[in-house]
Amino acid sequence: MSAVPAPAPAAARPNALWQALRRNRLSWVGIGLLLLIALVALLAPWIAPHDPLQQNIAYRLDPPSADFWLGTDSYGRDVLSRLIYGARVSLLVGFVAILIAMSIGASLGILAGYIGGLVDQLIMGLVDVLLSFPTLLLGLMVAAMLGASLENLIIAIAITEIAPFVRVARAPTITLKQRDFVEAGRALGYGPLRLMGVHILPNMISDVVVLGSLWMASAIRTEASLSFIGLGVPPPAATWGGMIREGFENILDAWWLTVFPSVAILLTVLALNLLGDALRDAIDPKLRSEHS
Amino acid sequence: MTTQDAVLELRDLRTEFRIGGAWHAAVRDVSLSVNKNETLAVVGESGSGKSVTALSILRLLPSTGARHGGGQVLLEGKDLAVLAEKDMARLRGNAIAMIFQEPMTSLNPTMTVGDQIAEAVRQHRRISWREARELALQALEEVKIPAAASRYDDYPHQFSGGMRQRVMIAMALACKPKVLLADEPTTALDVTIQAQILSLLADLKTARGMAVVFITHNLGVVAQIADRVAVMYAGEVVETADVDALFARPTHPYTEALLRAMPRVDADAAALDPIPGSVPAITAIPTGCAYASRCPLKEPRCETTHPVLEAIDASHQVRCLVRAPSKGQP
Repeated sequence: MSAVPAPAPAAARPNALWQALRRNRLSWVGIGLLLLIALVALLAPWIAPHDPLQQNIAYRLDPPSADFWLGTDSYGRDVLSRLIYGARVSLLVGFVAILIAMSIGASLGILAGYIGGLVDQLIMGLVDVLLSFPTLLLGLMVAAMLGASLENLIIAIAITEIAPFVRVARAPTITLKQRDFVEAGRALGYGPLRLMGVHILPNMISDVVVLGSLWMASAIRTEASLSFIGLGVPPPAATWGGMIREGFENILDAWWLTVFPSVAILLTVLALNLLGDALRDAIDPKLRSEHS
Repeated sequence: MTTQDAVLELRDLRTEFRIGGAWHAAVRDVSLSVNKNETLAVVGESGSGKSVTALSILRLLPSTGARHGGGQVLLEGKDLAVLAEKDMARLRGNAIAMIFQEPMTSLNPTMTVGDQIAEAVRQHRRISWREARELALQALEEVKIPAAASRYDDYPHQFSGGMRQRVMIAMALACKPKVLLADEPTTALDVTIQAQILSLLADLKTARGMAVVFITHNLGVVAQIADRVAVMYAGEVVETADVDALFARPTHPYTEALLRAMPRVDADAAALDPIPGSVPAITAIPTGCAYASRCPLKEPRCETTHPVLEAIDASHQVRCLVRAPSKGQP
């Protein structure tokens, strides 16, 4: 019998989460930036000044001007329009890949923690194998194996990011499965699936979602890296990583080809990290980083 | 003690735990029965095997490290110990329900209390959510939650300990079980709330004709709620009797000692007698009487001969070489 009741988890106190977000001003920079980027991606066909695939050799490698705000690339395509369409790929790949990694990772983590024993050892062994590869190398291997396409890119990135979700879901499952309400559920005849899905998952989903927002930044970085080495969405589709690669050949006489997509990647990753940090601090103040 | 209308009957139930590679019995050949509309109190100090007995009935002990060591658990004559896990899960919360000691942590903090009850109903009844919600609301009203309808969508942290225990009771009783196992349901509550919960349980027992097994270490609670009492010590039943007989004529020296250690309003508080020593560990159960080392009546044969449960009269049995009518002679 414990005299001190366990505090309600953050998920049960949406107000606390809101308060913490409000206090952290940097999180609003992150949220604002993300909303802006998402809006740009969503409205791409209406706000892009030119067709991102329209080649025009006459305007080849033009520096930023009134017509082409961010200049043109070696095929005479408008950099700003390609940047705007590139946001769609980056966000879509990042979001969907993380959603897949999160679902698979959290399910495996809950299974490992709940069942324990041999199943736990097997799953965690698999996770250790995944973790022993550097993210980019693993993504490269999978992407090279599957071939370059949007779907395969998403699958490759999802696979590289499953491991941290397994770990973050497994640890709370082990404590939650011993909590009285799970025991009480068992006494009411609930099966393991119901206990895991309805009684354990909702009590730790916030941890998983926070990790998701942090790792989405990494997914976008990986997408850019894979596109940079030509294993991303195949050309002529506009992607930020692909734009940097194409601009790399002309880096000395056309700086705008590499700088603007780089800045776009930087801002997106920064925004996601700011938001993720703020969410994490709100949910677990013990993990608060020194600088925030 | 075996009666025709026993709803739940344990016959020589044995539950063993693995400690250091060997199996040791925590519940040793316990035989109990509870009838319809009857409350059996199981009393004993910590480590006497009360809770393990209840968990063994529902087969809720972890499958690694604990096992059924023998005996039968008969629910209306059907042995639960040999049921497949799937059929057992169908009985839990349906024919047999259990309420736990700790109301503060026994509810899921991320679900509204009403939905938790509705979920329990839907687990065992093929009904729609709408019907389940209605039944859950009725259950909340039945356990006398004030303004039940407006509290249906509240979360557990918005409830006090006593109210949460009422919710737990509503959940356990939502499927109208035949047997309710209550494992120290009032221990974590203060005395006034405790009294309310006890009278609520007594009312519900009478209204439903339930068989209740009430586990407690509090003899005051026993006097208030029980029809019959089983005193457990070191995993064994050492004395069973009707509640009045037990308080009037305690026969086992352990029962006597428990009664002397209980504070009473009609006796001097300074006269409380603690029992020296503690329950033997289940890895070191003596060959003779388990209580011998703490017993003031100990005789040399108590350390070598294991006493059997012997009838004193129709409803009173005791496990003691010295006090039993036959004095341990066959």
